[in-house]
Amino acid sequence: MTKGPPGQAGDAGRGAPVVVVRGLSHRYRKIQALGGVSLDLPAGAMVGLIGPDGVGKSSLLSLIAGARAVTRGEVTVLGGDMRSARHRAQVCPRIAYMPQGLGRNLYPTLSVRENIDFFGRLFGQGASERRARIATLLARTGMAAFADRPASKLSGGMKQKLGLCCALIHDPDLLILDEPTTGVDPLSRRQFWDLITDIRDERPGMSVIVATAYMEEAARFDWLVAMHGGQVLATGTPTDLLARTGTATLDDAFIALLPEADRAGHHRVTIPPHDFPEDEPPAIEAEGLSMRFDGFTAVDQVSFRIRRGEIFGFLGSNGCGKTTTMKMLTGLLEPSEGTARLFGKTVDARDMAVRRRVGFMSQSFSLYSELTVRQNLDLHARLFGMAPETIGPRIDRMASDFGLIPVLDTLPGALPLGIRQRLSLAVAMIHGPEILILDEPTSGVDPVARDHFWAILADLSRNEGVTIFVSTHFMNEAMLCDRISLMHAGKVLVSDTAENIIRSRGVATLDDAFVAYLQVAIDTGESPEDAGARPAPPSPPAHSFRAAPRSSFSLRRMASLSRLEAIQLYRDPIRAALALMGSLILMFVLGYGINMDVEDLSFAVLDRDQTTLSRDYALDIEGSRYFIGQAPLTGYDDIDARMRAGTLALAIEIPPGFARDVARGKPVEVGAWIDGANPQRAEIVQGYVQGMHATWLARQARRLYGDAATMAPFTLETRYRYNPNVKSLVSMVPAVIPLLLMMIPAMLTALSVVREKELGSIVNLYVTPTRRAEFLIGKQLPYLALAIVNYLTMLYAAVFLFGVPFTGSLLTMTAGAILYATIATGMGLMISSFISSQIAAIFGTTLLTLMPALQYGGMIDPVSTLQGAARIIGNVYPTSHFMAITRGTFSKGLGFADLAGSFLPLLIAVPVTLALAVALLKKQAR
Amino acid sequence: MHQTLRNILHLGLKELRGLSRDWVMLGLIVYSFTLAIYVESKAMPESLNRAAIAIVDEDHSPLTARLFVAFQPPYFTPPVAISAPLMDPRMDAGVDTFALEIPSGFQSDLLAGAHPSMQLNVDATRVGQAFTGTGYIHQIVTAEVQEFLRRHRDVDTPPVDLILRARYNQRLDPGWFGAITHVVMSITMLSIILTGAALIREKEHGTVEHLLVMPVTATELMLSKVWSMGLVVLLASGLAIGLMVRLILGVPVAGSVPLFMFGTMLMLFATTSLGIFLATLAGAMPQFGLLLILVLLPLQVLSGAMTPVESMPDTIRFIMSGAPNTHFIVFSQAVLFRGAGLDVVWPQLAAMALIGAVLFWLTLRRFRAFLR
Repeated sequence: MTKGPPGQAGDAGRGAPVVVVRGLSHRYRKIQALGGVSLDLPAGAMVGLIGPDGVGKSSLLSLIAGARAVTRGEVTVLGGDMRSARHRAQVCPRIAYMPQGLGRNLYPTLSVRENIDFFGRLFGQGASERRARIATLLARTGMAAFADRPASKLSGGMKQKLGLCCALIHDPDLLILDEPTTGVDPLSRRQFWDLITDIRDERPGMSVIVATAYMEEAARFDWLVAMHGGQVLATGTPTDLLARTGTATLDDAFIALLPEADRAGHHRVTIPPHDFPEDEPPAIEAEGLSMRFDGFTAVDQVSFRIRRGEIFGFLGSNGCGKTTTMKMLTGLLEPSEGTARLFGKTVDARDMAVRRRVGFMSQSFSLYSELTVRQNLDLHARLFGMAPETIGPRIDRMASDFGLIPVLDTLPGALPLGIRQRLSLAVAMIHGPEILILDEPTSGVDPVARDHFWAILADLSRNEGVTIFVSTHFMNEAMLCDRISLMHAGKVLVSDTAENIIRSRGVATLDDAFVAYLQVAIDTGESPEDAGARPAPPSPPAHSFRAAPRSSFSLRRMASLSRLEAIQLYRDPIRAALALMGSLILMFVLGYGINMDVEDLSFAVLDRDQTTLSRDYALDIEGSRYFIGQAPLTGYDDIDARMRAGTLALAIEIPPGFARDVARGKPVEVGAWIDGANPQRAEIVQGYVQGMHATWLARQARRLYGDAATMAPFTLETRYRYNPNVKSLVSMVPAVIPLLLMMIPAMLTALSVVREKELGSIVNLYVTPTRRAEFLIGKQLPYLALAIVNYLTMLYAAVFLFGVPFTGSLLTMTAGAILYATIATGMGLMISSFISSQIAAIFGTTLLTLMPALQYGGMIDPVSTLQGAARIIGNVYPTSHFMAITRGTFSKGLGFADLAGSFLPLLIAVPVTLALAVALLKKQAR
Repeated sequence: MHQTLRNILHLGLKELRGLSRDWVMLGLIVYSFTLAIYVESKAMPESLNRAAIAIVDEDHSPLTARLFVAFQPPYFTPPVAISAPLMDPRMDAGVDTFALEIPSGFQSDLLAGAHPSMQLNVDATRVGQAFTGTGYIHQIVTAEVQEFLRRHRDVDTPPVDLILRARYNQRLDPGWFGAITHVVMSITMLSIILTGAALIREKEHGTVEHLLVMPVTATELMLSKVWSMGLVVLLASGLAIGLMVRLILGVPVAGSVPLFMFGTMLMLFATTSLGIFLATLAGAMPQFGLLLILVLLPLQVLSGAMTPVESMPDTIRFIMSGAPNTHFIVFSQAVLFRGAGLDVVWPQLAAMALIGAVLFWLTLRRFRAFLR
């Protein structure tokens, strides 16, 4: 089933180069990614970039694709300068770019078909054309059966095929693939390359540039660029490179090409064979291990036995269940079924003794980057309960064994990946465990460091009898293991020595053997997912339509972006619900929280007079709805004690002889003690008491002196307008709506853009013909709709739940709300342009929307009373104008005619925010 | 047991080491407990601050001229003289909060003893200002009229005087309360963010899993975060009370600072547990951020720190009695201002301890599910 090499070697170098790079340098802050690269990449060929992680492959590819802005040097692609925005816009329909990472530019909640369809829309294809193209692509990649499955539920290999479909929908002339097969099983890998070969057969003019870490794959390319440390080591055909270095494999050739300093001390690893006594109990034993997460079986009936001192390799694609199996062995996950035994004892998460005998190194780098190398080692030694006096010597020993002495006092973050992996291993080994469980310890590490790492493993196994359970992607590493297991879709397909596995299938390499095993597994129908993945007979593309080269603002593209956003929002109900529930929750919080109506205050009387009149005075206070009378006070000590306990807000003292003195017209003083701990409450109490005192006085005066005496010289009538009962809710609720209608839509919109930045799909804006305005308005519309729903819920809650009367024109209010929500979402877009992490977007938006809205929006102090800068902000910031509209329509019974002055600034702000957002958004990464 | 304590100690020390390298967090802690408290305390506005007032003067008499001068900042903006037809549109647009209408012939009617009246229009959509402002305007107008009349005829003085004394804060300086509430808010916010964010960061880096395959239990891991982050916030709040509140802002502290620190400890147990709990609920940083807004804001606004709890409906008071800072606000007011002792505040201490224990237990139950 294996096809010949994907490239036709003879094509290399013919015609003008497709990409010309001259003196290209690129740096991310302090890190130099590329240092003066000059290259000519041949057209119509399959060009491979080889080298480990962090040598500048991805930077170079993204610069060629136009996803990243060229800062120093020149990049000419398809005959034009990529520094010119005009050229980029012209050629982007001819380039397809698939960034690194499984499905990184795909939308996880969208189905396979929807993903491809979206890309088709971006390139302006009509409905019938898209349908035809999608059908062809799905048939050829063997994915037709999964067209409706969400991208997030695909295996790594399927994701990459889907990514390829999305890249090929517009028939590109230049296909750029960044590590398309990393983390993908061997069969899918092979299918992927077969697919590329088929497509190249049909479109011989298409140039393909691929970055890869697998040298076996690279051996089949037409032309290679070996990279190291941001520099080009060598270029040429694979045979060239082998001949030049006098080596047999590309791995060796690459090492030979490295500068002298980087390969010092390197030698090939060989592990001497070892005889394992049969009678000894196994160190690790798994029996029918299964793990199910909500209906999905991650690990299915896995069994194996690993003998003491054995190096056991675990192979499989990403997501096949390797990591889950390892977690069950370490007790991190409780198996749904089956047992795992270490040293004959069932793994129990609570058994601390077993954990001391095991060392674990997880897939992601899991050391504390804030602790130095020595502190990391020290912490782990202590956690394993090593005696303090043994820790120092042990750290020194580990440091010398693992070559860590020069870096003992450095932070791990500053070290190269290879050394960090060695540190991780040292940490896992610090307590001298008998079993080591290593989850993909060498992925992304350069070949020299990998050999160094395996030399250490060999030493541990053969000389110290440590049992090693290791998972890997690399076939040459698998060959070093005593035995290997191949895992696929949660099942172990085979467990044996590498030689036996190769022999059992009668093939030449381990890779071929695995492909054969995978094929059997799929044919027996155990994994329907990859059924029919073998490319269907090639059929010519249904259309040879060329996407319209450069177009101005396209409503259709904008609509497709809106559609995409709406689908994503709909499929992620947590965000939408949070947005709707959040605004209701916060409305309640603020509506009640900023409430000034204080009732049910506790008070007590110290009545030293005990007359009808003194009781009458106290009754006046007790009778009001503001105060609740408590047991009478007995003296000053009682006041002290009860006030200290916080059970009295007010204490009234009526002096002896109160009634007598009042009758005589002799001045009397009534004492009132107020708890001033909360000054705001105290002032309210003060106001109530003064008012009641005045009423009482007037009544007494009338009784004593007759009506004439109490007649004030004048009256001051107070008319509380708009809110006759002076209710806080009536005042607060209309003011809270503008606050929330600003903060939440702005935050959600900002998050939607920043999410794309964080997840990587923003690259679709960079490399497709999408214009910035289309992208932004497309994103804005669904959130605008959500904001309007938000507004309606808040309105409903205000009127029906809070009972705030609505007196003005509903139409006016709604028109204002729509304008205001447009501004709010526009501000979210503006904020998103200079923020790149979701968490910063959340706090940044809160700060930039809530603060000015609260302080200068006229909620508490009218803008007319603000001074200086605050007044300018208040006048410019849209909240004050919308607040005038909400208060006007809610409480003051106003309509359009009265509020025209508040609409004008909103109408101006709508285009201004959007224009600013467009101007600030970058069409390329830095 | 011994090993457990040692693990808790070393993991906690690790947290402290990590924090000591996190300049952003350190900056946030220092800012929250110094400058922010100062600003909060100084910027707490008086209840009435530059309220906008307009006067429709149809009398144009010496008395009305006096009224124009009587309204002064900081309570009021200098009054604007407007004509009667302008009053409604200006109030509708929210330009003026108060409009005082004086009819023509007011002064002569007054002197003739004809009991004239004037009208005060109040924009009651601004409740705070409307309420206190009306009181002030009544006092100012009455005083001015009395003063004016006194030169012309005698006035009766009321026979009974009400002597108001505010305890614990004689001048009712809102800055005192503001300083203390801000300390409380900083304690809540920082302890939740420090523990929650630290746990999520560890999860994202895969270090939590790494720890759990070692002889370390989830309880030890959680307790180490609780003690280390709690200690940081405890020290910072102690310094904030001692230096910032007492010395620099000059707020008298009536009660026992050790008792306050003890209460703060219980509060920190509850809030750090809450931080870990929220982290396990959220799982990832962005969700944690959203959750934080939905949780912190109600905690701060409804705990009684901003408005008296008496102003809230019973349901909300009931719900908020499950929040640690409602009790902590009551506790710190009682201890710091009223000088209350253990005999008075033990119910609050018990409530905080209980809430902390419940949150800790809930978190522990969720912890493993969170790691998936």
